Amino acid sequence: MNAKTTLILAVLGVLAVLSSVSLAQSGAAVLLNVSYDPTRELYQEYNEVFARHWEKETGQKVTVRQSHGGAGKQARAVMDGLEADVMTLALAYDIDEVSARAGLLPKEWQSRLPHNSCPYTSTIVFLVRKGNPKNIKDWDDLIRSDVSVITPNPKTSGGARWNYLAAWGYALQHNNNDEAKAKEFVTKLFKNVPVLDSGARGSTITFVQRSIGDVLLAWENEAFLFMEKVSKGEVEMVVPSMSILAEPPVTVVDKVAEKHGTVKLATAYLQHLYSEEAQDIVARYHYRPTLESVAKKYAQKFPQIPMLTIDSDFGGWQVAQKKHFADGGVFDDIYKPG
Amino acid sequence: MKLVLKQPSILPGFGLTLGFSLTYLSLVVLIPLAGLFARTATLSWERFWHTVTDARLLAAYRLSFGASLAAACLNLFFGLIVAWVLVRYRFPGRRLLDALIDLPFALPTAVAGIALTALYTDTGWVGRWLALLNIKVAFAPLGVVVALTFIGLPFVVRTLQPVLEDLDPEIEEAAASLGAWRRHTLRRVVLPELWPVMLTGFALAFARALGEYGSIVFISGNMPMKTEIVPLLMVMKLEQYEYAEATAIAVAMLLISFTLLLIINLLQWWSGQRHAAVR
Repeated sequence: MNAKTTLILAVLGVLAVLSSVSLAQSGAAVLLNVSYDPTRELYQEYNEVFARHWEKETGQKVTVRQSHGGAGKQARAVMDGLEADVMTLALAYDIDEVSARAGLLPKEWQSRLPHNSCPYTSTIVFLVRKGNPKNIKDWDDLIRSDVSVITPNPKTSGGARWNYLAAWGYALQHNNNDEAKAKEFVTKLFKNVPVLDSGARGSTITFVQRSIGDVLLAWENEAFLFMEKVSKGEVEMVVPSMSILAEPPVTVVDKVAEKHGTVKLATAYLQHLYSEEAQDIVARYHYRPTLESVAKKYAQKFPQIPMLTIDSDFGGWQVAQKKHFADGGVFDDIYKPG
Repeated sequence: MKLVLKQPSILPGFGLTLGFSLTYLSLVVLIPLAGLFARTATLSWERFWHTVTDARLLAAYRLSFGASLAAACLNLFFGLIVAWVLVRYRFPGRRLLDALIDLPFALPTAVAGIALTALYTDTGWVGRWLALLNIKVAFAPLGVVVALTFIGLPFVVRTLQPVLEDLDPEIEEAAASLGAWRRHTLRRVVLPELWPVMLTGFALAFARALGEYGSIVFISGNMPMKTEIVPLLMVMKLEQYEYAEATAIAVAMLLISFTLLLIINLLQWWSGQRHAAVR
């Protein structure tokens, strides 16, 4: 190496150190939000709104980084050391497991924020082909022998567990809470499923690109997004007579936030999700807002139907998971040979 | 008699390079594998046995090993022909064809899976015609074989090519001039020369197929007892946070594959011995 290159490298090195120091001095805080797949656009917009809000309040700049993927995969990444300040996942079960197995946050995390720590909710609806040729109106149409249903495997897809539980809940209600009848119902329903994709995105591809199946079970926000972005007029949304309240919760990951010194910031980031401006973004990205005033504004968009909840109708995720989705559970019985 | 552990070599640097090789192998291969076994060891023996002999898993073993074997056989046969054509003949577009072989290496397998599924469903370009014949490829075991054949092809072709290039056509000419029939030449002259490397290509394609996940989850349809592959069941265990059970399945899979590859290696060694004896 000659003297000239050494000099240039030295100057570059000094510049790099200086710039990192100046960044640290201006105190730009960084937050990592580990989320699941369909929230990407929602959080992109919300992060900007929150950064403005936070700078106005405290004068500090914030950069929020996002990570998206299947909910179970994301939870495992956090357990294995992905340093998430906050998690915003598809179901409480995955966060429960992070708490129980890695001890990164207290067991009662879900009671720390309003509405079970769910600033937005959704529900499970049907997508059918244009003109609804099979005349699918409600859950009991899904077990007709001429109907083929597309839904992901609830064992590999967290989101699909809501689909399954909604069907189970419907069957219970229409059979005087007879569990044997409910089991028969979901068995018939899954016999109508020709392809069990491993995730929600796979199922959507199967239904739309491959034209397989008469009805796709989907989250309401995904159904809206889908009709808006992918296929105009090729599919229609059908809202069944009842469904389940899908509650995607959010939480601060205490141990990580403490280490980063971001507890206050992370808490504010999540609390601001309940504010009017954030709730409006939420509704525009097709999630149901929890704030009364915004919900009223968007009442036209989100039809009111009776909805079961995981805690009051299924005894919480731990119970539901064990009974239905664990090995040897009800879901496995459906596919037992003989 | 003095036990000779190390053949004296006139090449310097043996100690250094061997040390480096061992360290590298440990870091890249042995330590991760040891982790796998360590995780599995947290299970009791009964739990382990119960996990790896579950009826659903047995069905998945059958599909994974069966489809991988079928795909490797297909690739061996057609790969040999492709390699032969690429090495022995000169024709326009040969370079392009040669480059095409590597595509399955380069393509993310999930993309391959989605593309193949689109082709082979009942409404796809190919599937439409097969449906008329009542042959179902996508969302059936046959689809798994198709996808595994796709990803395994370059392994066979690329291992065969250099050996074919070294195989002098003059040997075949000599055989012919000595009165051997064409079929005879192929069986007694060409194939014995290729046999060991064919086994290598076969083993590579087979091993690669066993571990494949990305493309299969799209084309197989993932129906329990019918079209589930072993790696999918591992992912399922992981989704339930049962790490030890997931690694138990991996260990079982690893042991079976290792045994099979060992048999292939023995075959190779044996054929090499026999070949040497004939010479």
